[in-house]
Amino acid sequence: MPDLAMAAAATRPASDAGASILSVRNLEAWYGESHILHGMNFDVNAGEVVTLLGRNGAGKTTTLKSIMGIIGKRTGSVRFNNQEINPAFSDRIARMGVAFCPEERGIFSSLDVRENLLLPPIVRPGGLSLDQIFDLFPNLKERLASQGTKLSGGEQQMLAIARILRTGARFLMLDEPTEGLAPVIIQQIGHTIAQLKKEGFTILLVEQNFRFASTVADRYYIVEHGKVIDGFANSELRANMDKLHTYLGV
Amino acid sequence: MTVMTDYILPVKSRGLHDEMIAFGIMTALLLIVPLTGVYPYFVMQALCFALLACAFNLLIGYGGLLSFGHAMFLGTAGYVSGHALKVWGFSPELGIVAGTAAAGALAVVTGSVAIRRQGIYFAMITLALSQLLYFIYLQATFTHGEDGIQGIPQGYMFGLLNLANPTILYYIVLACFLFGFLVIFRAINSPFGEVLKSTRENEQRAISLGYKTDQYKLLAFILSGTLAGFAGSLKVFVAQNASLTDVHWSMSGEIVLMTLVGGLGTVFGPVIGAFVIIAMQQYLAGFGQWVTVIQGVIFASCVLTFRRGIAGEISHRFGISL
Amino acid sequence: MQALYAQLLVGLINGSFYALLSLGLAVIFGMLNIVNFAHGALYMMGAFCAYFLLNIAGIGYWPALVIAPIAVGIFGMLLERTLLKWLAGLDHLYGMLLTFGIALIVQGVFQNYFGSSGLPYAIPDELKGGMNLGFMFLPVYRGWVVVFSLVVCLATWFLIERTRLGAYLRAATENPTLVRAFGINVPRMITLTYGLGVGLAALAGVLSAPINQVRPLMGADLIIVVFAVVVIGGMGSIMGSIITGFALGVIEGLTKYFYPEASNTVVFVLMVLVLLVKPTGLTGRAA
Repeated sequence: MPDLAMAAAATRPASDAGASILSVRNLEAWYGESHILHGMNFDVNAGEVVTLLGRNGAGKTTTLKSIMGIIGKRTGSVRFNNQEINPAFSDRIARMGVAFCPEERGIFSSLDVRENLLLPPIVRPGGLSLDQIFDLFPNLKERLASQGTKLSGGEQQMLAIARILRTGARFLMLDEPTEGLAPVIIQQIGHTIAQLKKEGFTILLVEQNFRFASTVADRYYIVEHGKVIDGFANSELRANMDKLHTYLGV
Repeated sequence: MTVMTDYILPVKSRGLHDEMIAFGIMTALLLIVPLTGVYPYFVMQALCFALLACAFNLLIGYGGLLSFGHAMFLGTAGYVSGHALKVWGFSPELGIVAGTAAAGALAVVTGSVAIRRQGIYFAMITLALSQLLYFIYLQATFTHGEDGIQGIPQGYMFGLLNLANPTILYYIVLACFLFGFLVIFRAINSPFGEVLKSTRENEQRAISLGYKTDQYKLLAFILSGTLAGFAGSLKVFVAQNASLTDVHWSMSGEIVLMTLVGGLGTVFGPVIGAFVIIAMQQYLAGFGQWVTVIQGVIFASCVLTFRRGIAGEISHRFGISL
Repeated sequence: MQALYAQLLVGLINGSFYALLSLGLAVIFGMLNIVNFAHGALYMMGAFCAYFLLNIAGIGYWPALVIAPIAVGIFGMLLERTLLKWLAGLDHLYGMLLTFGIALIVQGVFQNYFGSSGLPYAIPDELKGGMNLGFMFLPVYRGWVVVFSLVVCLATWFLIERTRLGAYLRAATENPTLVRAFGINVPRMITLTYGLGVGLAALAGVLSAPINQVRPLMGADLIIVVFAVVVIGGMGSIMGSIITGFALGVIEGLTKYFYPEASNTVVFVLMVLVLLVKPTGLTGRAA
């Protein structure tokens, strides 16, 4: 079987080429007894926005959690900045500069917005300052004293993204940041991601909303049954539309 | 999260068959005990605790409710039976009925308070309630405080059977134990027991299926408390006294320990556990407070490495249902 | 009236211990999901630690107030690292059973060497004597215990509710996995939290030594009362634990004055009443 990650990397437009930041090989993962990932292979290069697409239950979220070290039982190789991070505990992975924004957003109800924002420790210099964060998300500034979970869904999502920008991590993993949000908020988040990309962040995105993904992504991987089954660049999107519809069943 | 009773094998159709055979073996062994020269009072005491542990196990093993106050039923039944026999001159059978009924009434009251919370809170509430009873019995006059009720007459059961005869007493205690054991066994395998188990597994689901789970839990609590009281009343004839020891929290802890050692949620585990712990106490009686230390060590090691208990481990290893 | 004030003071002192102990239980439960049955035994170890310091090393009350909680706290952290951490993911009841076993071991060992009678521990010279407040005579040591306990409780509240470290703690109580994925060493925090809760219990033990003497079983009955306090107040709120602890101590003191026969049982009776009226407990968070 050809290595699809390699095949996908080969299709990458040369102009986007940066050094590989994340390289996932034969990653398998289990939730208790159920085997979710069956050998994931893909790469993310510096400065890219890469999106994992796939149906519900395909293993996209599990992939992010496995990279983050949250899934207890996992095998295979995950190299981040040429260092093997599988197996390592999630706190160590975070300190190497990987930041994660979970699907359920994970805003803490016993912390106010300021505490939520300041919670993740600075792992390296170069993170956004509070002023820069408030430029990106002006709403948060007015709600600093509110209880974290009293925010609207959109504000919670902004908070969840904002707090990992402070830490100095340059590699972000965002799990369905647009889920359940109004179009105007989705637009704002798209704008934010574009901005972050411009500032040199590398982003691994999980999305169901592929229309949204197409506005920010450089490349796509299609995940099915815990494996990457295809990959292409954003420029090839139009040519792959039919395939994509079959994969995603839309 | 692993539920406490995950270590228990699912009930299989052949489970009942295994359990019948085990019951036959247990009964046969217990019937021949007086012929073997084993000290009958040891076995009688162990049988009382075995019934007590089985009653406790009905709550934790099948209802998921950890009672840390079952000594209150043991002690209450003991005091009431003892007082009825000694002061009111009740016959033995009426003395047993009085003690058991008192424990049952106590279970109705304490149960309706305790089942208002689950899990750790249920455990803390039952512990606090039994401590409340402890202080009441400490101050009450009929219990004779620190001295307890001593020299309780054994009398003639049904006017015929002289309970001062160890052999007769043994068979009466054995018959009562088997009766209580079968009541619990029947309850576990009845529709009532099935609802109780499904409540333990997923209370919300049981509620949505239309079961009033609180009523089932209360019923289980009352049945458990009443049978624990029954054991307490029997124990009066064996020990001929009723004292504060039986209401103390350390007694509640011993009941938990017996069941844990034998196997939570197994049918025969509490019986095995009771015999093991009572035997251990006999052999180690000379070691003073070290017995407490050893019990603590057993507690900790069971929780850390032996959560299935003896019966559960046998079931697991050999694929039989105990 | 003198007797009433005296009983109120006794109530406040008991309330101090209830507050310090239930506070520790709440903090530990939040992070470890364990109801620490060994809390009473560790309280007793705090008192014994002060006793040993004085009688073996000649170290007095004031250093003991610092050394004993740290020493017992370290002992607690060793327990957490060697035993309690294996319970992660199991039913909460196993934590209760394991810590009950630990309590039996600790209390049994001390009973073996020191029997059941009390060992005296003298009030430090600086806190001897009393003050006439006009309406009552206040023994200085007792006043000190109430004030100092209150300060420690409020400091703990401040630490948890108002500092960055406390924010980590609250967040990890809600979602330890995510907090760890932010780069915080949660297992180390869990160990330190257990040490903190245990240290508070040991501190209460030191404070209690000159009043109640030092006995191997001094914590065994106390922990059951504290459980009732926890059922009444719930373990969800730090301030709730503090207020419930002091309030129940005062109510117990009043009962000692008005109806002494019920002073042992009043907390349990109140627990029953609260369960009948408001089953979720006063702070209202369900289990």
